[in-house]
Amino acid sequence: MHRYIAQRLLQLVPVLLSVSILVFLMIHLVPGDPVQVMLQDYGSAEQAQALRHTLGLDRPLPLQFGLFVWRLAHGDLGRSIRTGRPVASEIALRLPYTLRLTAASMVVAIALGLVFGTLAAIHHRRLLDYAATVVALAGISLPSFWFGLVLILIFSYYLRWLPPAGADTAGSLILPAVTLGTGAASIIARLCRSSLLEVLRQEFIRTARAKGAGELRVLYRHGLRNALIPMLSIVGLQFAGLLGGAVIVESVFGWPGLGRLAVDAIFNRDIPVIQGVVLVAAAIFVAVNLCVDLLYALVDPRIRYV
Amino acid sequence: MGAFLIVGLLLGALLAPYVARYDPTAPHFNLRLQPPSAAFPLGTDSFGRDILSRLVYGGRISLTVGAISVVISFAVGVPLGIAAGYYGGRLDDVIMRTVDVWLAFPGLLLAIGIVAVLGPGLQNVLLAIGISGVPGVCRLVRGSVLPVKEEAYVEVARAVGGSEGRIIRVHILPNVLAPVVVLLTLRLGTAILTGVGLSFLGLGVQPPAAEWGAMVSEGRAYLQQAWWVSTIPGIAIFLSVMGVNVLGDGLRDALDPRLH
Repeated sequence: MHRYIAQRLLQLVPVLLSVSILVFLMIHLVPGDPVQVMLQDYGSAEQAQALRHTLGLDRPLPLQFGLFVWRLAHGDLGRSIRTGRPVASEIALRLPYTLRLTAASMVVAIALGLVFGTLAAIHHRRLLDYAATVVALAGISLPSFWFGLVLILIFSYYLRWLPPAGADTAGSLILPAVTLGTGAASIIARLCRSSLLEVLRQEFIRTARAKGAGELRVLYRHGLRNALIPMLSIVGLQFAGLLGGAVIVESVFGWPGLGRLAVDAIFNRDIPVIQGVVLVAAAIFVAVNLCVDLLYALVDPRIRYV
Repeated sequence: MGAFLIVGLLLGALLAPYVARYDPTAPHFNLRLQPPSAAFPLGTDSFGRDILSRLVYGGRISLTVGAISVVISFAVGVPLGIAAGYYGGRLDDVIMRTVDVWLAFPGLLLAIGIVAVLGPGLQNVLLAIGISGVPGVCRLVRGSVLPVKEEAYVEVARAVGGSEGRIIRVHILPNVLAPVVVLLTLRLGTAILTGVGLSFLGLGVQPPAAEWGAMVSEGRAYLQQAWWVSTIPGIAIFLSVMGVNVLGDGLRDALDPRLH
C-alpha cells in the first residue's frame, strides 16, 4: 500500500509540472501584444514597458518559465493588474467560499444521487424506476444558471424562505448548493442504479438471500457496499464538474468565491489572476483525484497490485 | 421522443424568419417588460424586444455553437484517438500524457481560460468548447480502437498487404463508429449547456444579438416583476438539451450488444 501511495505521488509531479507549463503559456497565447491587451489600450508606452518588465515578458522564454516556477514554489502567483494586490491573497480570500460551496454541493449530489439511484434499482422496470430515470435525465439537462434563478424566484421571492444572494447567513449556502449539486446528483443516481443492478445480479447476493438474510441487509450490507466501489472514481470526476460549475453558480447567487474572481478578471483582462485561478483549480482537482484513487485502493485491495 | 424534440427545435430555428413577427434586435421602449399577450405571445424584455422572435433567432446561435464545437472536438479527437490506439508505443504515450494534462483542468474552467486568453466572442467560445471536449473524445476512441486492432480481420488485411491508411479507413473506423456516434449526441448536450453558460456570463455572444444564455442573463434583474424574460429561454435550453440527451440514451441502448 505504501509503495502504491509513493507511486501515485510521484506520478503527480509530471502532471503538476505540465499544468504549470500550460498556465505559464496562457499569457503568450494572447493574440497580439499581451501587455496592450491587459492595459486595454489605456496605458502609455512607459506603463506598458514597466508592466512588461514586471511580468518578465522582456526576458527569454526559458528564463521567464524558470522565474514562474521559482515564484510558484514560494507561493507567489504574481500581482493583479487591476488592483495591484498579490494574486495569492485574492485567491486565499475567496478559495474557502468556493470549497465550501463545492463540498456542500457534493454532499447534496451524493445524498440525492444515492437515494434516487437505490430506489430506481430496487423498483427496477416499475413506475418508480422510470420516474427516477426521467428525473435524472431532466437533472442532467437543466442549465444550472436558469435552475438557480427559478429556485430564487420560488424560495426567495415568493416563499421568502431563503436569501437570494450573498454568503452572510447559514441559509445562504442552501440554494447555491442545491443548484450546483443537482446535475451531479442526476449522474450519480444513474450510475448508482446501473452499478447496484449489476451487483444485485451476482451469485453472492443469491447466497445471502438463501442463507436467510433480510432484504434490507442484503441491500445495504452486500449490495450498496459493493456498488459504491466503482462509483468512487466518478465522484472525483464529478468534483471537476462542480468546480467548473461553481463559476456560473457563484455569478447567479453573488457568492464571493473563485468563480466570480475569474469572471471579473476576464472582463478586466487581468491575466495573472486568471492564471492563478486556473492553476489553483487544476491543482485542487488533481489532489482530489489522488485522494479518490487512494481511497479506491484502500477499499478494493485488487487495485494496489495493478 | 428525443428526436421529435430536436426536430421541433431545429425547425423553429430554421423557420425563424417566418415564425418571428419582429426584428429580434428592434427595441420598443414603450412596451418594455410586457407579459405574454396576443401581440407578443411570449412577452417582451427590458428593451421592449419580442421574446418569441429573440427565442427563435437565438436558437440558431445556441444550437449552432453546440454543433460546431462538437464537430471541432471530434475533428481533432477522433484522429488523435485512432493514432494513439492503432499505432501505440511512443505516439500513444505522448498523446495520452497530453490528454491526461488536458483533463487535469475542469472542463468549464478550461473553456473559460481559453476565452480569457482569446477574448469574449462567439468564435472564441466555439473554439474554447471544442478544444475542451477533445480529451474525452480522444480517450473514448482510443479505448474503442484497442480491441478492434487485435481482431483477426485486421491481421488478415495487414497480411495481404493493405496500407495502414486503408486498414484504418475500412476496418478500424467503421467499427468504432457506434460509440463515437453515441458520444457525439451526449457531448452535444454538454456543448450547448457550456455555450449558453458562457454567454450567460457575458463571454459569448455580445449584445444586442439574441442568444438563449444571454437572454436569461438579461432577464435576471427583472426576475420578480417579469419572470418570463429569463424563464422562457431557460425552458428552451432545457428542452433542447433534454432532447439531445434522450436521443443519446436511446442510441446507446440500441447499439449496446448486451441489451440484445
